[in-house]
Amino acid sequence: MAKLPEEEHPEKAFGWAARDSNGVLSPFKFSRRSSGPKDVNIKILYCGVCHSDLHFVKNEWGMSIYPIVPGHEIVGIVTEVGSMVQKFRVGNAVGVGCMVGGCDECEDCKRGWESYCPKTILTYSNIYHDGTVTYGGYSDRIVVEEHYVVRFPDGLPKDAGAPLLCAGITVYSPMRYYGLAEPGTHLGVVGLGGLGHLAVKFAKAFGAKVTVISTSPSKEKEAIEHLGADAFLVSRNAEQMKAAARTMDGILDTVSAKHYLLPLMELLKSHGKLVLVGAPEEPLELPAFPLLVGRKLVGGSATGGMQETQEMLDFAAKHNITADIEIIPMNYINTAMERLAKADVKYRFVIDVANTLSA
Amino acid sequence: MGSVTEENGVKASPETQHPRKAFGWAARDNSGVLSPFSFSRRNNGDDDVTIKILYCGICHSDLHSIKNDWTNTIYPIVPGHEIVGAVTEVGSNVRKFKVGDKVGVGCLVNSCRSCDGCKQGFENYCPRMILTYNSVDADGTMTYGGYSDMVVVNEHFVVRIPDTMPLDKCAPLLCAGITVYSPLKYFGLNEPGKHLGVVGLGGLGHVAVKFAKAFGVKVTVISSSPRKEKEAIERLGADAFMVSSNPEQMQAAMGTMDGIINTVSAVHSLMPLLFLLKTRGKMIMVGAPDKPLELPVFSLIMGGKIVAGSCIGGMQDTQEMLDFAAKHNVTADIELIGMDYVNKAMERLAKADVRYRFVIDIANTLTAA
Repeated sequence: MAKLPEEEHPEKAFGWAARDSNGVLSPFKFSRRSSGPKDVNIKILYCGVCHSDLHFVKNEWGMSIYPIVPGHEIVGIVTEVGSMVQKFRVGNAVGVGCMVGGCDECEDCKRGWESYCPKTILTYSNIYHDGTVTYGGYSDRIVVEEHYVVRFPDGLPKDAGAPLLCAGITVYSPMRYYGLAEPGTHLGVVGLGGLGHLAVKFAKAFGAKVTVISTSPSKEKEAIEHLGADAFLVSRNAEQMKAAARTMDGILDTVSAKHYLLPLMELLKSHGKLVLVGAPEEPLELPAFPLLVGRKLVGGSATGGMQETQEMLDFAAKHNITADIEIIPMNYINTAMERLAKADVKYRFVIDVANTLSA
Repeated sequence: MGSVTEENGVKASPETQHPRKAFGWAARDNSGVLSPFSFSRRNNGDDDVTIKILYCGICHSDLHSIKNDWTNTIYPIVPGHEIVGAVTEVGSNVRKFKVGDKVGVGCLVNSCRSCDGCKQGFENYCPRMILTYNSVDADGTMTYGGYSDMVVVNEHFVVRIPDTMPLDKCAPLLCAGITVYSPLKYFGLNEPGKHLGVVGLGGLGHVAVKFAKAFGVKVTVISSSPRKEKEAIERLGADAFMVSSNPEQMQAAMGTMDGIINTVSAVHSLMPLLFLLKTRGKMIMVGAPDKPLELPVFSLIMGGKIVAGSCIGGMQDTQEMLDFAAKHNVTADIELIGMDYVNKAMERLAKADVRYRFVIDIANTLTAA
């Protein structure tokens, strides 16, 4: 008979979990493994609320294993290290993102592309090497193999830095990989939410010119005055879109709802790149002609590898890039999820785990 | 003196708008039926080369254009952009060619020559490029293509045919050849040891296999027709062959390809093809379905994969492609036809009943009425 979550592992743990696809979270007792030789034991201080958490608790992607303890934007302090751990000591500030394991030997892992490893193990709702289900950061502690832990730079605030562990790397990685991080590049950012607002900040730090493309005219002031975007286009304004045709080297599309790609493709110069990081559930329409006559491309990107996550954090610390957040107590999480579903947050909720999660 | 397009306030006819007589076959309406057509060409300018046309390949784009499938056809239309011929006259500024040279003309006869794209050798992405046929030229007249006896082209848009190349089998390289060569090079799929999938075994597909093998690339052909396997492997030299509707074959090949050249111009499903790509793999569309395809975003995101498009190639690339083809004996597989077979050829092309390109023997079979 399968063991209860509380009894699977030797060390008690406590968090909030959703039990079914209603997605309502509530207190949940479970357990964590002991630290093995390569493991790092982490007391969790903060955890960001990612839109993926919402998709998972409601089983929108059909891969949820209940009960789910979500959370993959984790910042905490090391409380114990295994005998073979080299990079961390007790007391270090560290981060954990979307992965806690992989095969470590395939081409993708060897190239630092762990997020593309076919055997990647997600931080929550996935099966670990020992056959147990992984539980995420809406909890008091987590044990993670050293390779999947990053050092959290001293200069970064731990609360506002938490969303970098998923949202940050999700926009940083494709900007670097697709060559959109060069000074003087003109980058469009579609959607101004958790991903979008960080994309603007990173792009400006790279020296790019940034145009935000949004359906909401009300976000213009925010985009330009607060986030530093150079320009703002309302996607439904045909004149604005036409005037901007063939002006962008690349576009980072963070929108996860179904939408049209053709107007975005028309904003690209020839050889321009449309990079999708938002994940609509249904296929989108791809008109072939605009791709051919400009040698344009549409590419995808999923989070990022471990080395580039560290690089991203160090870059963020150097350039003072943090997320704009709303700190919440653990017991606000269900309201936060409702508000997130309506995009009613500027721009990420972060759970103050250490101070508000109590057994 | 009236403008080229008007004489005494009356619109000039194709026969009179230029000073030199020319003869070809044109379609007059969207039935697409081609028939003899008298028209005219400009005098040879200082930068121009006059070419007596010997052969012209029939590209599927010709068929789309004569039937106005892309709703941009101006009739009468003289198609043909896979032109091979002999130089009969050169302008005073022309340096690269002399009378008697064997030359080719592809899909472009002009571009702005000053934008970033043109300066980088990407004339084919210039917003003001002028196509060999069905385009408005700098002087306001329509361009007429290679189903004709002669053409006058700016030197920059003419390429030399290497001496060792058979002229008839070389003609399709001017469009089909560069259309696959350019993306193989640009997207890094020409590196020895890489694994390339080629979807569709027609005019573009068969040349893609040949170029890829010449690059030292491993090639798997993906086709909807099982009967093409023997041909693909034994004659074209592909390393493997898969039937796209065979789930076991497709599954076994998942995650094995660095890139895919997709030549299919009908609407089809991208997802099974995306699964064939390795992480960060690239699918290059060179066929142009006229309706949008479905893009499964998850498949792109979960592998960091790319879907890109590519359209012909620049002039420098086209010359490079021909020189490479000569060195490695890459030519098209053709069916040589007489000019008056062209309508029948178009019917057969519509049913993909050709291995793999029709080429019109212009010099020997195009006669003025």
